[in-house]
Amino acid sequence: MKLLVIEDDREAAEYLEKAFDEAGHQAHLAADGETGFALASSGDYDVLVVDRMLPRRDGLSVVAGLRARGNDTPVLILSALGEVDDRVTGLRAGGDDYLTKPYAFSELLARVEVLKRRGGTKDVETIYRAGDLELDRLSHSVRRAGKEIVLQPREFRLLEYLMRHTGQVVTRTMLLENVWDYHFDPQTNVIDVHISRLRSKIEKGFDSAVLHTVRGAGYMLKA
Amino acid sequence: MLSSVSALMKTTAARLSALYLLLFAICALGLVFYMGSLTMRMLESQIQDTVSEEVQSLGRAYQRGGLTTLVRVVEGRSRQPGAYLYTIADPTGRILGGNVESIETAVLSTEGWTERPFAYQRYGEIDARSGDMPDARQGPHMAMAIVMRLPNQMILLVGRDLGEPERFGNVIRRALAVAFGMMGFGALVIWFLVGRRALRRIDNISEASRRIMAGDLSRRLPVTGGGDEFDRLSQNLNEMLARIAALNEGLKQVSDNIAHDLKTPLTRLRNRAEAALAKDNQPQHRRALEATIAESDQLIRTFNAILMISRLESGYSAEHTQAIDLAAIVADVVELYEPAAEEVGVTLFADAPDEFPITGNRELIGQALSNIVDNAIKYSAGSNEGTVVKVTAARDGATIAIRVTDTGPGISEQDRSRATERFVRLEQSRTQPGSGLGLSLAKAVMTFHGGRLELSGENPGLCVSMIFPAGDSQG
Repeated sequence: MKLLVIEDDREAAEYLEKAFDEAGHQAHLAADGETGFALASSGDYDVLVVDRMLPRRDGLSVVAGLRARGNDTPVLILSALGEVDDRVTGLRAGGDDYLTKPYAFSELLARVEVLKRRGGTKDVETIYRAGDLELDRLSHSVRRAGKEIVLQPREFRLLEYLMRHTGQVVTRTMLLENVWDYHFDPQTNVIDVHISRLRSKIEKGFDSAVLHTVRGAGYMLKA
Repeated sequence: MLSSVSALMKTTAARLSALYLLLFAICALGLVFYMGSLTMRMLESQIQDTVSEEVQSLGRAYQRGGLTTLVRVVEGRSRQPGAYLYTIADPTGRILGGNVESIETAVLSTEGWTERPFAYQRYGEIDARSGDMPDARQGPHMAMAIVMRLPNQMILLVGRDLGEPERFGNVIRRALAVAFGMMGFGALVIWFLVGRRALRRIDNISEASRRIMAGDLSRRLPVTGGGDEFDRLSQNLNEMLARIAALNEGLKQVSDNIAHDLKTPLTRLRNRAEAALAKDNQPQHRRALEATIAESDQLIRTFNAILMISRLESGYSAEHTQAIDLAAIVADVVELYEPAAEEVGVTLFADAPDEFPITGNRELIGQALSNIVDNAIKYSAGSNEGTVVKVTAARDGATIAIRVTDTGPGISEQDRSRATERFVRLEQSRTQPGSGLGLSLAKAVMTFHGGRLELSGENPGLCVSMIFPAGDSQG
């Protein structure tokens, strides 16, 4: 995956470049808003990572400018601000995801990878499959190896989100955001308990694990 | 109406009007008395002049024909209608002739002008009084006179009735009464108009300052442009507000910068630990690095909470709010925490039967409620079997309250007010993880929504209430 990181903190930018490289992605760097805007306009990037406070041109203005030009490359906005509704402002300017500094690289990586696949065929598929696990979005039913599994509505949405991103790491905050639609830091292990309940329903009595815990990052559904 | 009148009475304008009314009344009274006494004196001197002329004419009659002529002239003039008084008396004061039937004896014994008006009775008056004369009720006549001693020791009194000055006095008194009536009425009208106008403008200023106090520092007090003292007051207050807003903005800018400047190195710290962790396989190092990451995460969390509280306390802004349902938030949070509660042996359930629509920020209320529910579960876990945490939403008059009731150890009465202060962690909670900012944040969220956070309940057991104003969240 080809990324553009627009970040004025050199050390943070270089760290990101290296970390993305280790994760198998190629990251280009831009140190200010104008350069970033020029690179993003001309280059062919899969995802843009844009810091909000940038010299020469503000991060939100870069995103808004790109969107105005019809450039719809997925954008993840990074911010160190503590505003009440920063997130909403960021997303309103055309950002696709929003992450507050400081963040765990694993969190950023998971979000960037999910962003890249955005707009794939998953949106129109009515049945998600992972090995012998099958989720029907229309009839709201889940089967494994042909056997019906009864889930609570929230468990269904949780599994739906995990299966939508089969093979990708999803973090706890991503789950809270996408399944519960809350964006605060849950602090305690509330999500983990939901996962373990879901896990016992879709794995108990079957021979293989499908819902994996990724240490220090989150969860991944993979057959 | 009564209450508005009593409110009016409390206003400065009304008090000033009353004071002015009193001052004007005193001035008017003084003026009328001065004018009145001046006029009376003029009338009296006129009377003295006419009486002196009469005396001179009588004197001429005396010189012409002596005492006999004088007496005859006096008798003749006495019979003519008019305001003149004539009396001839012997040295003992017994009235011998003239048109006066009775008189204060003291008047006749002093020669010269009488010092003050005296009462007298004309001939025929007593009979007339039993009839139906129009002036029968007026009491004795008053007069002024000059008393002279004739060469044969007889006393001659020539005077003039004061009927005209009396009537004049009546006119002045009536005028005074009318003037006072009009002045009082005018004062009342001005009082009402000025008072109401002032009251309305002061009400406007109060209303505007209330909204400013609620956190909308961009608002300004109304200035009509008339340049009066209210405008000057509003302008001064507005300038003060502008300075406060500028200071506030500066503070916000500083905290933004601090947030940015501190969070960046914190990010690097965390990143380095994370990068080191990815390469290092020694269990000892890994544990140290994992602990470093956990500590920095906690630091970051605390930092974010402080910033969030400051932002929330700096005030309400409508752009961050929308129509939301409190019952839905209660259901969401309870659903989110229910499995985690069950894990530690706590039964968590919601009782929010209705929809409770308010204007607010769903994220913030959700986070505040999560903090409270999280605390409730944390502190009541393991206390005994069948521990219950109940979350209810109910309308209570003009407010909607979300209450989280637990059966944990509770908080003692004297510690309750401290519990919502920043970084305060009560002694019994030292062993529990957390930043000590959970309740502070919840309190800030409630302030942001124009509501309040209340701690109650008997020990053991704690009830935390998030009390929202119903309907308009700014209310």
